[in-house]
Formats: sequence, C-alpha cells, structure tokens
Amino acid sequence: MTSAPPRRTTTRTLLRTSAVASIFAFATAAFAPPAAAADTSPAQQLERFARAAGGAADAGRGREFFTRTHGGKWSCASCHGNPPLADGKHAGTGKRIDALAPAANPRAFTDTARVDKWFKRNCNDVLKRECTPAEKADVLAWLAALPR
Amino acid sequence: MTPAPLRPAAALVLALALTAGAAFDAAASDRDRLPFDMPAAYVPECGSCHAPFPPGLLPRESWTRLMAGLDRHYGSDASIDATLRRDIETWLLRHAGRSRKVSNAPPAEDRITRSAWFEREHRRVEPATWRLPSVQNAVNCAACHEGADRGDFDDDHLRQPEGVSRAEWRAWRR
Repeated sequence: MTSAPPRRTTTRTLLRTSAVASIFAFATAAFAPPAAAADTSPAQQLERFARAAGGAADAGRGREFFTRTHGGKWSCASCHGNPPLADGKHAGTGKRIDALAPAANPRAFTDTARVDKWFKRNCNDVLKRECTPAEKADVLAWLAALPR
Repeated sequence: MTPAPLRPAAALVLALALTAGAAFDAAASDRDRLPFDMPAAYVPECGSCHAPFPPGLLPRESWTRLMAGLDRHYGSDASIDATLRRDIETWLLRHAGRSRKVSNAPPAEDRITRSAWFEREHRRVEPATWRLPSVQNAVNCAACHEGADRGDFDDDHLRQPEGVSRAEWRAWRR
C-alpha cells in the first residue's frame, strides 16, 4: 500500500466510483417527500391534551414548565430557545432546529405522530419521564399564544 | 514489459475520464454519501438532532449496537417506531462501511468522530475551533460542511464558521 498523499485527494478520489448513483442520492435526498403529512393543527392538539388532562390548559404554567430545568441538565428552552420564535440549536450537537412556536413555523404541531414522537423523546431527555397530558396542554397553550 | 506510449485515442479516453471525474468531484466517495435507496424516514428520524450520517461512515458492528440502543442514544432518547427502525437498520447495514479504514475496528463509543480516518482528515482543524460557539461540537458537521444535511461532505463544499482564522481556513482547503 502506498502512503496517502498529503493533499485531500486520498480516498475520495480513489473511491469516486458511482457518479450516477450519487446523483440519485442527491435527488432522493433533495426531493424526498416530507415524512410528516399535516393531519392536525396546534389548536386540535391543544384540545386533545386538555381533554385527556380533564382540565383547562394554562399558558403561564406552560411557560414556566418550558423554561425551567426539571432535575436534569436541560430545559425545553435549552434547545428550542426562549421564547422559541426563532430557530433553535441542539444543546448537545449544535444542529439547527426548526422554530417550535406555530407563529414562527407553520409546520409545528401539524402531524400527530410527530407530536407524540417528540414529546416522548424530549420529555425523556428533560424530565427522565413522559410528560403528562396536562403538562403538554399547558406548554402548547403557551406556544400557540406566542405572537409572531 | 515496457509501457507502450499512449496512443491519441487512448489519451482522449483518459482525458475524458479525468474530466468526468473532475465534474463529479462533488459526488465524492461512496463512503461519504446517502445511498439512493435510503428510507424516506431516515432524514426526519436520524437527521433532526445531528446530520443524517452516511451509513458508510461506520462499520456494521457499530450500527447494530447503535440501533439496539436508541432509547439511550448518547444521553438522549432517540427511540423510533419499530417498523421504521427495522427499515432503517436494514439499509444502514446494507451500506455499512466495508473499507479497511472504516471497518477495521469500531471507533470508541461507536462515534464517527472518534474514527482514526476522521481524526486524520480533520487534522488541520485547530483544537480550539471545535469549541467555537459557531461549531460547538465535532458532531455538528454542518458548521463547516454546508451539504451535511444532504450527506455531502465534499471538501469543495466547505464553509468558514465564524471565528475561524483565514490562515486556518486556507489550511483546510490546501
């Protein structure tokens, strides 16, 4: 085996094999349909969680819940920002995250499966447990009321 | 055997091949790509918190371990629907890294950023650069690789993050 040349030729030049497949890869990545189809709205989700909680949602409680830590390192705001009206930034990886508030992101809370998936994951990250319907309703009440 | 001199036709073919190669430089290597049979769920499921990593960047052994522990994924719950998980894992394993440099030994903690090839290819990145607010973390590929969200890590598609000196920026592209 010859030693790698000092420049950036290295493997990528040697392995530049399937240009056509790569173009397909580009096309697939660029034009893949969004996995989330809009099947709901922030208002419907708020109603859904409030009904499950059996009480009215409280935006003030939601703001407090969203912005404080719950015994761990992160709050919801650690990644989503406070208020989450602009793009967030993942506290661990630094990756950009779409704005969470519906006023800033029309796609937010428009897919039930996505709503459930992210509440599950993120509540586990922040609280080490799932959030209750009342907590979700409160947070959503606050988020949905944020002005543009 | 002595090498025969290139005949004009052969030289033309060679020139065309090299030109085509240059034209597809952006295509880079298989290892750096998202193969075309990628499940539609891959980018939304595995590219929200970090770049959607090309499967060729880790060996099978690493992907198998990672996909078996998504509920405890580097400090985060990254669990996904069981069917999607299976589809994604099948695709990851189909295209997992097979080259000697990727598959020799799984990197520490199955982190791409701990791979020997990763460290070598980023040797001109100053230690302090990884901690710049504009970078934050070695796993934040998109800080410098502007095509990271498409699985494009080609050296020709780099950006200069805020705080990186011109000298360092030049060194990256040498």
